[in-house]
Amino acid sequence: MSTDSKFGEYGGQYVPEALMPAIEELTDAYERYVLENAEGFMDEFHQRIADFGGRPLPLQHAEQLSERYDTAVYLKREDLLHGGAHKLNNALGQVLLAKYMGKERIIAETGAGQHGTATAMAAAHLDMPCEIYMGETDIARQRPNVFRMRTNGAEVNPVTTGRGTLKEAISETMRDWATTVENTHYVIGSVVGPHPFPAMVRDFQAVISEEAREQIQEKEGRLPDSVLACAGGGSNTMGTFHHFVDDSEVDLYAVEAGGSSLDVDEEAGVAPNSASLSTGEEGVLHGARTKLLQDSDGQIMESHSVSAGLDYAGVGPELAHLVDEGRVHPVNVPDELALEAFHRLSQDEGIIPALETAHAFGYLEAMEGPDSDETSDDLGDIVVVNVSGRGDKDLETVIEETGNRDLDMAPDMTLFRELGGGGL
Amino acid sequence: MSLESAFADEAAFVPYLAAGDPSYEASIEYVEALERGGADAIELGLPFSEPIAEGSTIQEAIVRALDAGMTVERYLEFVTELDVDVPLVCMTYYNLIYQYGDEEGPRPFVEAAAEAGIEGFVVPDLPAEEAGPLREACDEFGLDLVFIVAPTTEGDRLDAMQEHVSGYVYVQARLGTTGARDDVSDHTERSLARIADWDVPKAVGFGIKTGEHADRIVSAGADGVIVGSALVDIVAAGAEDGEDTAVVADRLEEKARELKEGALAGAPPQAGR
Repeated sequence: MSTDSKFGEYGGQYVPEALMPAIEELTDAYERYVLENAEGFMDEFHQRIADFGGRPLPLQHAEQLSERYDTAVYLKREDLLHGGAHKLNNALGQVLLAKYMGKERIIAETGAGQHGTATAMAAAHLDMPCEIYMGETDIARQRPNVFRMRTNGAEVNPVTTGRGTLKEAISETMRDWATTVENTHYVIGSVVGPHPFPAMVRDFQAVISEEAREQIQEKEGRLPDSVLACAGGGSNTMGTFHHFVDDSEVDLYAVEAGGSSLDVDEEAGVAPNSASLSTGEEGVLHGARTKLLQDSDGQIMESHSVSAGLDYAGVGPELAHLVDEGRVHPVNVPDELALEAFHRLSQDEGIIPALETAHAFGYLEAMEGPDSDETSDDLGDIVVVNVSGRGDKDLETVIEETGNRDLDMAPDMTLFRELGGGGL
Repeated sequence: MSLESAFADEAAFVPYLAAGDPSYEASIEYVEALERGGADAIELGLPFSEPIAEGSTIQEAIVRALDAGMTVERYLEFVTELDVDVPLVCMTYYNLIYQYGDEEGPRPFVEAAAEAGIEGFVVPDLPAEEAGPLREACDEFGLDLVFIVAPTTEGDRLDAMQEHVSGYVYVQARLGTTGARDDVSDHTERSLARIADWDVPKAVGFGIKTGEHADRIVSAGADGVIVGSALVDIVAAGAEDGEDTAVVADRLEEKARELKEGALAGAPPQAGR
């Protein structure tokens, strides 16, 4: 396996000099422990992600959706991983690696709170002190997750700069790391940042496609025609795609947040979407060259999505490369379609998905649903969709957003309107 | 006028301010006040929205400058308009340099910056490994490229940096982000010892905020001191209290004089230095 720090033109190590020795130390540890299984590291990882995390996870045939779309739809159930999202695969891997490296303290950023909660759980499980940086806007919209982190013993540090979302939290965590590199490991939450993070996070998340590829062949006797995963930073996306990348007959769709519009307001520095693969331009952010939402000067835009976990102005460099190569199709789904898909999966399949995940199902509906173009039936006969997380964390947002719209499939909201805000 | 010449005669004082903080007009006067106070070169920040190497003081300065309308074009106008005789160093993040102009890569920005009167660059998120294209453009237009040596920088990394560095080397006095501190770390002496044989001037920054700090740093062997946050604090206090630009400029000039005198006290000027 290549440990080159670049994916084509993307990737690299654009970080302050003070961090470079830590990055080099981490690169050595990644190569030894993750790639070469030194001291049985990967064996211990697989044992722990099984015992503590609950792997392997099912690839479930979705009966109602399969009937609706006249296509065999399979759900990779990462929502059943301990903690309720795919995030633990990476968090557990990195906290364990930090332990092997002799680090004494864990820091991490979080957007939606899913990576923060996964890191807090992994740190508690492996008995490491842990501090999480989280934007104050995200703290307000993800309160239950803040409490979960605290409950697992992590400190939560509010980040008040900028708009108080994920990109500010990443910047702040890098600042902490620049001061504390000697005893601290930064558990980055997605396939972003300087090398080796994009490759290492992908390798921990690749357990998703390792299982799914085997499972679909057991069930169908062949590979799927299409694989769908939502994409923000891209960790569930790369995890879901990795073992299919060399299968050229399998189409890979990275479903981004189209937000309220794909247009940008350059004057205000706002892109009302998080579709950096679909609309972004090449640039350098948070340690890597990748596709970014930025203005013509190169200032980073404020992104938007109804889903906090997709709300990021950048994306993993490997995904940017795979899109340029034509291997991954970048597509996007607006807030409204994602909300409809949230309700459809909840009612038809009994699975309440994360709003991030709902974007992937929004794309499935757009391509295969009754309102889709007759000629757009190109996802094929067997489709695998990654259910990256469960939606309990999003219920307050969904109540508010559903109350403001006229959505197909939504339950009667009268009761909730009468209860008013915060009536959970 | 080269960057290296700023260090030629005596211990140098190199201040930093974010261009456009808290407004374009006030910032012009502040930078000029630093020169009156004795600055030998000035690091002029081009504000970037994600300044990952900065502490909260400079980060807030960058936010004030961006909110007041600073852009890359305005920055180049700012540099052109400044009436100072000391060399100016552009301190910014790589994405702004990379995005400028129609052509891919750093060349168009380096060309425009050189034309506006910039003498060199400090780019905190560009380690030596990624610096090839910028070094090439700087060579083409006769600009210097300053690198930051951290307390953690050793071995091969020092060699890679020595190969690319020119103008001066920015010695980071302690770990962490920029910001004024009361203690000046003893990492400084060890860092200076590691690069003793480099043939560029050594300027020490991170945490210096008084003339006495400057004195100690220069006594420890530095050729100059770099001071940012202690000056930005003065700008921030002036902006918060809505004080007259002239009052704040006087205060900056006074602080600059204290720091320059401190640096000189650490290594009195000698003939033939």
